[in-house]
Amino acid sequence: MEPITTISSHAVPLLMDDIDTDQIIPARYLKTTSKNGLGEALFADWRYSVDGAPYPEFALNQPSASGARILIAQNNFGCGSSREHAPWSLQDWGFEAVIALSFADIFRSNALKNGLLPIAVDAPFFDDLLRTISRDPFAQISINLSNQLVSIEGGQRTKFHIDPFARECLLKGIDQLDYLLSLDEEISTYEVTHE
Amino acid sequence: MKRRATLFSKIWDRHVVAQKAEQPAVLYIDQHFLHEVTSPQAFDLLRKRGLPLRRPDRTLATMDHSIPTTEDRLRIIDSAASAQLEQLERNCDEFGIRLLSIDSKEGGIVHVIGPEMGLTQPGMTIVCGDSHTSTHGAFGALAFGIGTSEVAHVLATQCLLQSKPKTFEVRLDGKLKPGVTAKDLILKLIAKIGVQGGVGHVIEYRGSAIHALGMEARMTICNMSIEAGARAGMIAPDDTTFAYLADREFAPEKDLWEAAVEDWRQLPSDDDAEFDRSVTLDANRMEPMITYGTNPSMAITIGEPVPHPDEIKDAGKRAVAEKALTYMDIPPGAPLLGRKIDVVFIGSCTNSRISDLREAARIMTDRRVAEGVRVLVVPGSKTVKRQAEEEGLHRIFTDAGAEWRGSGCSMCIAMNGDQLSPGEYAISTSNRNFEGRQGPGGRTFLASPLSAAAAAVTGVITDSRTMN
Repeated sequence: MEPITTISSHAVPLLMDDIDTDQIIPARYLKTTSKNGLGEALFADWRYSVDGAPYPEFALNQPSASGARILIAQNNFGCGSSREHAPWSLQDWGFEAVIALSFADIFRSNALKNGLLPIAVDAPFFDDLLRTISRDPFAQISINLSNQLVSIEGGQRTKFHIDPFARECLLKGIDQLDYLLSLDEEISTYEVTHE
Repeated sequence: MKRRATLFSKIWDRHVVAQKAEQPAVLYIDQHFLHEVTSPQAFDLLRKRGLPLRRPDRTLATMDHSIPTTEDRLRIIDSAASAQLEQLERNCDEFGIRLLSIDSKEGGIVHVIGPEMGLTQPGMTIVCGDSHTSTHGAFGALAFGIGTSEVAHVLATQCLLQSKPKTFEVRLDGKLKPGVTAKDLILKLIAKIGVQGGVGHVIEYRGSAIHALGMEARMTICNMSIEAGARAGMIAPDDTTFAYLADREFAPEKDLWEAAVEDWRQLPSDDDAEFDRSVTLDANRMEPMITYGTNPSMAITIGEPVPHPDEIKDAGKRAVAEKALTYMDIPPGAPLLGRKIDVVFIGSCTNSRISDLREAARIMTDRRVAEGVRVLVVPGSKTVKRQAEEEGLHRIFTDAGAEWRGSGCSMCIAMNGDQLSPGEYAISTSNRNFEGRQGPGGRTFLASPLSAAAAAVTGVITDSRTMN
């Protein structure tokens, strides 16, 4: 895994609470046996009508969405199904981070495993962020994983919380599977004493 | 064992393999269930890294999400689903995993077959790449859903990295009235605490109303714990649990059985156990529930009118409610009783077990499905199907004009061709009413098997208690 340090980009706002993973990637796209190419499926039923025509007012279909690497959402982002296809499709579209008021547990864990940063911020910073991007959709937002700061160009910055272990792994490019594999002896000891 | 320990903490403490300061615990997983949708990429990773499966004896796979439920079309029409199912077969063969394939006599929905086979037991840690894994918590197990990366972790090491969640006590005392079921209980709880009410917590359901329930009803409740955002849902094991498990295929046998039960009796939360959060509900006052919106918390008693979004103080939740009513095309203040439905789906890991089918059959006996309504009854497993047929339930359904299908996830997730057309309304015994869940543009009312069966024969949303 490539180490992650900073992300700088403008953002796409999707200002809705409780965005569930069925919206992020509908179930009919889960028949794939790979992780790739799922960007097409991202928010498919919000992006396109049944006959394939794009909904012009949807955030991802705005010209200003192009090149954005940060998504902004509200409360409980990623609730519902545990499908890891949700972060895969967000990443395949081009997102590297989601800034939200809160995240659902399984989604947060899946996102971290893939290096898609789930950045939870408080309401005052969030309001500032929205004010800034409604004035300028191309305002740059920077996320620094090392010092856990998220800043708005010409505006506020705030510290975000992130699971310390996940942060270490992402900063160093360590796959959590490798960490688990290094504990083979402890796992064997557990098995012997518990069976 | 420490005093003041909860069921959750007893199981957690028993399964910690390693715990370093400032790090998540390494938790051992007793039982790992797999299905075709969330496993392929995990197996690819093991293959790429040259890693073997650590514990084939603790791993079981089934085919459930994409399989057809039609008898005469066992041939899967969708080539992508077909490829994914074949991939699971190849992976199980290569890694030496027992697979209950589409032809197996014991196959079915993963969260129905585990308990049926006696694989799900008190005190275990159980995971699967599926959020409704919480179902198994009904047995006093710590059971939760994981993503595909974590599926690979468990395949390779039989362990997971987990931050310890908080505990949430949900107390239900009193007694359910006739016609009010476990499904109504859990919908009521989710309506009360919201879709993020349980985030970061494991819920333990306690109280006389809970322990009066049979195992299948307990599974319905634990199943939908995830819809309140909870990490898992659990019910302490008791004599009902032990009676269910005795003599099941994988339950401990003979002399080991007594020792197991003795051990399981130590699991319930201590009398002085403390929880991080607590909510009490009165079972006496429960009514049949139904959802009206696009997440499971948007639910009301079946006789109430749909609430006005204006009454919701929180701006974010108000916006969600407004969007939901637009999607569902239901005006605020409208009653749901008497509203026409197009499709009835009786199935899913929430409500497709024999007791659910018996309840639906009771309502549909000597009645006919209403004109213009399509009814699918999908048993949760081959075993449930066989038992239902032994009891003659299938004839009640087919005589009424309903379709009696083979087992699978079917219209809950609509990956196998069983789905709604845009704009169609369904009353469904499943667990999610998200936009498009049952088919793009499909509109879902979640309810109990009794409510679903009542709507099947009247053609409109109906309180089953008004039928004689």
